[in-house]
Amino acid sequence: MKTLKIEDLSKNFGSTEVLKKINLEIDEGNFLVLLGPSGCGKSTLLNIIAGLETINEGNVYIDDYNVSKVEPKDRNIAMVFQSYALYPSMNVKENMIFGLKQAKTSKEKIEEQLKKISSFLQVDELLNRKPSQLSGGQRQRVAIGRALVREPRIFLFDEPLSNLDAKLRIEMRREIKKLHQKLKTTVVYVTHDQTEAMSLGTKIAIMNHGVIQQNETPEIIYNKPSNTFVADFIGSPSMNLIKGKLTQNSENTFFVAKDEKNNIQIPISNYEFKEKIELNDREVFLGIRPEHVYFKKTNDNDFEVKLTANLSEYIGHEQIITFNYSNQEMLAKFPSTIKIDLDKEMNLFLDLSQISLFDKNSKERI
Amino acid sequence: MQAKTSLAAYTQLEKKSKVTNMLLRWFLYFVLILFASYFIFPLYVMIVTSLKTMEEIRQGTLLTLPSELNFDSWAVAWEGRGYGAGDTFLKPYFWNSIKMVVPAVFFSTFIGAMTGYVLTKWRFKGDSWVFLFLLFGCFIPFQAILLPMARTLGVLGISNSILGLVVVHTVYGIPFTTLFFRNYYVSVPTELVKAARIDGAGFFKIFFKILLPISAPIIVVTVIWQFTQIWNDFLFGSTFSFGKAAPIQVALNNMVLSSTSVKEYNVDMASAIIAGIPTLIVYVLAGKYFIRGLTSGAVKG
Repeated sequence: MKTLKIEDLSKNFGSTEVLKKINLEIDEGNFLVLLGPSGCGKSTLLNIIAGLETINEGNVYIDDYNVSKVEPKDRNIAMVFQSYALYPSMNVKENMIFGLKQAKTSKEKIEEQLKKISSFLQVDELLNRKPSQLSGGQRQRVAIGRALVREPRIFLFDEPLSNLDAKLRIEMRREIKKLHQKLKTTVVYVTHDQTEAMSLGTKIAIMNHGVIQQNETPEIIYNKPSNTFVADFIGSPSMNLIKGKLTQNSENTFFVAKDEKNNIQIPISNYEFKEKIELNDREVFLGIRPEHVYFKKTNDNDFEVKLTANLSEYIGHEQIITFNYSNQEMLAKFPSTIKIDLDKEMNLFLDLSQISLFDKNSKERI
Repeated sequence: MQAKTSLAAYTQLEKKSKVTNMLLRWFLYFVLILFASYFIFPLYVMIVTSLKTMEEIRQGTLLTLPSELNFDSWAVAWEGRGYGAGDTFLKPYFWNSIKMVVPAVFFSTFIGAMTGYVLTKWRFKGDSWVFLFLLFGCFIPFQAILLPMARTLGVLGISNSILGLVVVHTVYGIPFTTLFFRNYYVSVPTELVKAARIDGAGFFKIFFKILLPISAPIIVVTVIWQFTQIWNDFLFGSTFSFGKAAPIQVALNNMVLSSTSVKEYNVDMASAIIAGIPTLIVYVLAGKYFIRGLTSGAVKG
């Protein structure tokens, strides 16, 4: 049984297609993050799961029960919003029990739930306050509390941290993580922040233009991006994508960058291809993350190249150096303690166990 | 390099700017007082005249204070002289106006709030057209609809009645009240409505429990606006009512313009003040919120 299953879901607003044939499944207790740039349809998808938007095609199942035409209140879900959407005229207590009261829950049960959740979230001191008298973090906790008291099957979070300042955001992120570890609830969480997605999700579904690009664990998303969009979207700075082509001789396969003069041949014999395809003369992108370019030999099969640095960005704990690789930019991330001379050739070591190859035309991983 | 300004020169400059500032300030007060008196002057004349006897008025001393306080003209304006036919006084018409204003303000405000709520939180296809047509209602010169409205009231059987005036004022108030509430509710996050829907609240519950309790500022604005409009209306009152069913502004007009005998300026002035008092009271009581409501856009959660 899947806690949530989405089947061939399509949605359009007028003539704009927002979601195209989305398929998605979540097991009990998982934390799924919907990640993507703004306008990719992630919030619409969440609203559809909640029942706040109608569906044009496809179905939504919660616990194998088709809820596509079921009212939001009957879907056994709870939602935490970006603005928290606490009812301004009600105090914290009234906010938290509003849903239970609507569902005609017995007084004793309401009191019991309220007591349990408010002490769990440490908001029991605040019960008589109005939302306007709460700090950002407190508001967020109350909003989560309002969701928790209903004991839903699925929690929906719509960018709940993006209204907070940077420090509080990290704190609340940890709290949400702890909460999930403790309660083992099923969560669908929308964000555009990759750090949030990486640190919270057990699975991340990366979306772009209404299509899910990759739905995997954070580790796989980071190490084996399924296409150039994912490779580019995840990581800061994002993965270097170097244009070039593959050449094969009798015993080995090499990657050669576009500029023939340079003629650096990177052996890729250890690369795990997704499927057996014709490699010779195939135009590809070679992807390597800035953090996998080293300034000294680290692994035995690191590949040594001589490159010239032409830009240095100091960001405190590390520095980002831009190198010229066959007239293409290649970024590397080093600790800020080492000294790099600009406009001078230096030896770099590429970690070949960490590279990705993408087809130039389809932009898919090969 | 520029020469350093000496301490003495600084003191001199400081003194100079102090004097300039003071002069400007006095000029400011002078202008303010001038304009204030310009506005208060007619009211002063009205009050003073209403407290004088006719003999005193005939002496032509328009600006002097009355020799003694005489409230007779106020009593005449309110209750008449007590002789039968032809004696027009304000009391019954004042209550007519109250009976017209209270329900008309209530219904137009309520319907406007509801329409504003639907137009912002329950969007539907063509809702912007509906709003556009409603806005159109704000710009229609009311003279243009007098005849069709008279016919409508006739068909409904409520012409020349307070109820008829209530209906007219409610209908023509809705464009304005809708505009107010729509603009207010646009700034209320729609997420509130979504949250309430998930919590199981329906259309009316969301309106009454969540939106209406935070609408106080805009309700005050709307009530003041509608109260002033309807209380001061003369056009609809004089067109759709006569005789006993007339509102106070019509009665005031009849009293002042159609008296056949000597013009009693003191009674006229007293009547005019009585007719204006309710709007003044509403402004004094709610004016603070009026400014706040007009200027406040966002609702802080």
